[in-house]
Amino acid sequence: MVCQSRIGIPTLVADAIPEGREIILHSENGILGFGPAPAPDKLDPWLINAGKQPVSLNPGGSFFSHTDSFAMIRGGHLDLCVLGAFEVAANGDLANWTTSAQDAAPAIGGAMDLAAGTRRIWVATEHTTKTGTPKLVERCSYPLTAPAVVDRIYTNLAVIDVRDNAFTVIDMIPGLTREELQSKTAAPLFFEVPEYA
Amino acid sequence: MVGGFGSVGQPDALIEGLIEQGARDLTIIANNAGAGHVGLAKLMAAERVRKIICSFPRSAGSVVFEELFQAGKLELEIVPQGTLAERIRAAGAGIPGFYTATTVGTQLAEGKESKIFDGRPYVLERALQADIALIQAWRTDRMGNCLYRESGRNFNPVMAMAARMTVVQSCGMVPLEDMDPEAIVTPGIFVERIVVVPDETRAASLDRKAA
Repeated sequence: MVCQSRIGIPTLVADAIPEGREIILHSENGILGFGPAPAPDKLDPWLINAGKQPVSLNPGGSFFSHTDSFAMIRGGHLDLCVLGAFEVAANGDLANWTTSAQDAAPAIGGAMDLAAGTRRIWVATEHTTKTGTPKLVERCSYPLTAPAVVDRIYTNLAVIDVRDNAFTVIDMIPGLTREELQSKTAAPLFFEVPEYA
Repeated sequence: MVGGFGSVGQPDALIEGLIEQGARDLTIIANNAGAGHVGLAKLMAAERVRKIICSFPRSAGSVVFEELFQAGKLELEIVPQGTLAERIRAAGAGIPGFYTATTVGTQLAEGKESKIFDGRPYVLERALQADIALIQAWRTDRMGNCLYRESGRNFNPVMAMAARMTVVQSCGMVPLEDMDPEAIVTPGIFVERIVVVPDETRAASLDRKAA
């Protein structure tokens, strides 16, 4: 499987791949098959990921230009992309590039191309903002990155699928009640998971 | 046009040269809007840039950009990274525009022509050409053929194709017979000038890696 994991919480994906699973990580700045950050004495200033952090190259990896990198993305060659989000709506709408039309300095990078071109889109995010505002909402209030693209959301509290314009909880952390999770979510939740509490 | 992704593959010595040369009122096409106070950030701090066309202006250390932008001294055209690369490629390939699904259903598609192909909507994007491209390569020969290094390739080959004049900051020249024709990424037809700037800090760290 070929996968993109984006800046922010999604960069943790590279460290969480279990041994024995061959996941080929794509970085939009022209790398297929990058590996974890090298030891400080092996740092290579020519080798960074999309988050501008130093990485290594796994055997079988390759380098290419931005033209080829985005042909892979736009052409539907990536199986999965894990992105961060400001908001995700129950219909799968994703907002992750700007918080208002007046934002002083928005930042898109490759997010719109990935959202439009990747077969499956997962979001990895905190369940709410730092001030407790839900990030999972009925409709996004921020400008969209792409409409109706998110398939699944991994938060610090639950794993939630987006199906038929609704959120379906498929996993939750132990000790959390359905009511508590619903109170932190600004759209109705459906449950396909037993309560652990 | 200025190549590079973050600081990797960015021709900082050529940007220094541009600062010395004195050109003003510049429109810069680059992925990022500089960081710290070197390279593009230094050019912008000298108030020589009127407009920047990029995908990711706000990143760690992009303080010069943010100050100038908030003071209304810098115009910004924000373009998704893949659309930016393809607009540049189109210019280099003599294609005036192309359709892409990127931005469909977002505010960036507003006012753009759109068309449905096989049931899916796409927006029309126009080619993006430049007068000058400043790029960085790892090795060059006197024909202008270029090799790149690792993630230092990024926007450099595509920008080399899309400018009336391409100037390469090369980390080193090699004799023609030492250049492997199978490995050349940018054929010399796209290159007008080469400035050799040995990359000593990076070479040192590479020696360490090899050791």
